Amino acid sequence: MKGLAPGVRQKTFFRGRRWPYHIGLTITALIIAFPLLYAMLVATQTNAETYAFQFTPGSALAKNFEAVWVKRDFAGAMWNSLQQAILVTTGKTVLSLLAGLAFVYFKFRGKWIVFGLVLITLMMPTEVMILAMFRLVGGFGWQDTMAALVVPFLASATGAFLFRQHFANMPTELLEASQIDGASPVQFLLKVLIPLSWNVIAALFVIQFVYTWNMFLWPSLIIRDESKQVVQAALQTLTNIDGSLNFGPLMLAAVLASIPPGLVFILMQKPFMSGFAVGQDK
Amino acid sequence: MLIAGLIVAAFLGPLFVWRKSDSPSVARYGIASAAAVVGAAVTPIGMGQCAFAEETSGVDHVLAWALMAGGAWLALIITQSVFDKLDGKKTGGGGVAGEIRTGGYRMGWWVPWLLLSPTLIILAVFLYTPAIQTFTLSSKLTRLGAPRSKDVCFGNFSELLITDPVRLVAYPLLAIGFIYAARLWVTRSTPDTWSRRGADITSVVAMLSAFVAFYAMFSAGGGGQVAYRPVYLNTVIISVGIVVFGMVGGLAIAYLAFRQIKGGGVYRTLLIWPYAISPAVAGLLFFMIFDPNAGIFTYTMESWFGIDVPNYRESAILAQMAIILASSWKIIGYNILFYLAGLQTVSIDQVEASLIDGASARQRFTKIVLPALSPITFFLLVTNLTYAFFEVYGTIDFMTKGAPAGKTSVAIYEIIRVGVNNGDLGRGAAQSVLLFLAVIGVTLWQFRTSGERVSYGGS
Repeated sequence: MKGLAPGVRQKTFFRGRRWPYHIGLTITALIIAFPLLYAMLVATQTNAETYAFQFTPGSALAKNFEAVWVKRDFAGAMWNSLQQAILVTTGKTVLSLLAGLAFVYFKFRGKWIVFGLVLITLMMPTEVMILAMFRLVGGFGWQDTMAALVVPFLASATGAFLFRQHFANMPTELLEASQIDGASPVQFLLKVLIPLSWNVIAALFVIQFVYTWNMFLWPSLIIRDESKQVVQAALQTLTNIDGSLNFGPLMLAAVLASIPPGLVFILMQKPFMSGFAVGQDK
Repeated sequence: MLIAGLIVAAFLGPLFVWRKSDSPSVARYGIASAAAVVGAAVTPIGMGQCAFAEETSGVDHVLAWALMAGGAWLALIITQSVFDKLDGKKTGGGGVAGEIRTGGYRMGWWVPWLLLSPTLIILAVFLYTPAIQTFTLSSKLTRLGAPRSKDVCFGNFSELLITDPVRLVAYPLLAIGFIYAARLWVTRSTPDTWSRRGADITSVVAMLSAFVAFYAMFSAGGGGQVAYRPVYLNTVIISVGIVVFGMVGGLAIAYLAFRQIKGGGVYRTLLIWPYAISPAVAGLLFFMIFDPNAGIFTYTMESWFGIDVPNYRESAILAQMAIILASSWKIIGYNILFYLAGLQTVSIDQVEASLIDGASARQRFTKIVLPALSPITFFLLVTNLTYAFFEVYGTIDFMTKGAPAGKTSVAIYEIIRVGVNNGDLGRGAAQSVLLFLAVIGVTLWQFRTSGERVSYGGS
């Protein structure tokens, strides 16, 4: 039995017909998709059409788009979020790579203490200290700046450990070969380690991009200037359009806000999954 | 009072060593005693002994003793691990340490520090500093943006608790007694091994007793006290709801989706994608669906089934259920993702053996698949719980804003309401410390339990 492909062996795992699974999965996928599909429908409608429960696409998509994207500058918020997400993701990846390099390929006094100090931050979520952080970052005079949205989130214990584990599983010969070539640690990182780590980098990229893009509480505290606001917190101000609750533009904004993380997730799904396998691998 | 506590600590130190150590000696008893006294003394002296000053209440004393006990306990654990190291025993940290290979580069001592410095600086400034400040703020009365502050010692904490010090001590002790009784009963009734079932029973008893004890300890309000009991209850209901809904649903869907059928990959993508949706957008989507006038849910219930659904924002149960539904919808993709990965590791040999033995589909699931998934389940339990504690903020802010009458105001929402909206930084920080302790408790419980109970396939 050993030589058989997993797919063939799986046939013995769960016997029976296939079509019930297709039906079950289709229904489940539809139920899960329903909230977003409904939001897409409402996004094309005027308030009157929404209240009349019209189940065909409405007439107001262009008008809703203009109300949100142009008049309320949702485009600006999307741009701010994109900058924040890319800066945080890049910074975190670079810092985590450097930390992983130091942890695996160097021997130094106090390594365990440093390792413990980084490890402990895993049980220190930002949210429990958000009031003190608000006061601290406000004291730096960073209100309404991109720095407040980026700098506090640049270090990542998860990233450092992910790379540490990945590097530690690599063959020792890599280092020896590069040392014979006289490569410096940074050259070793750039020429050898990074090309072998794309899966992990992609996995970390997806996690961090989604995490940063979806940040809500911190930006809504530290950013008060609407033109500097990021997407999730800008949605909050859109609950009032032209003095009332307009479902069409609001749902359109919600759908638009979900496109970038959704795109990143779907496009990078393959490396994301295999990178996760590395992370889970003991 | 302070002296009495220190004397107790001096006696408890040797007791701890006597229980934990294989080779106790007089010198070690002495060291442990001293360590316990130092550990117990550090925190109250750091707080200026304010808790034992005059005109403080019994509750303040209880809190101060709890703090001293915590300090002593920490000092003793450190001392014990030093003793263990001297004895050459492997400690818990050794496992983590052993994973790291010794480095290959022989360069200046400063090179690794240079590589680590950006990470360490960010962690020190934006994580350790605010963490420490949260603790110092929690003992003060101070307004957001105002330079002046007043020391109130444990005042911010004691106003969240019941005012009777005797009951405050009795409830946790009762809960601990209950947990130990349950453990004893389980080991008596199944004397041979520490069975999985026994572990299940004791952990359920432990969780229930802890839940009831905390419920009884938090103040219900009145008499100048802050009504924190409802906040605690909301947090527990909503968190447990999200974790149960999200994980059971995630497992069920993953079990349906992991079979290799045509188009399986497409189905998996269609099931996982809510992972990318933000908690705020999740709140917004369900805000639309459940809207009493424009929402499709209310409309279908009325026109198809003739049920007149009341406004969810005016009914405590409906509001909590709506939050739970929206949040578990968002987290379910994450759970499916991990369960799909976990299901790939189920041993096919075991499944084939069970097929030959004629096991039913249900037996196959409960006896083989579930135990094999327990490491993933446990990991998800902790991540889902953290999600339910913190990320739920965005969902609540869009759906109910804590309404009706604060029934959907969970701990993190209350922290922002008190600390930012009311500008009462000290009180908000005190509530943050409670949440912090809850997170630490969950993490420690994770470390303990993952060694005891998680099955890795075999045996």
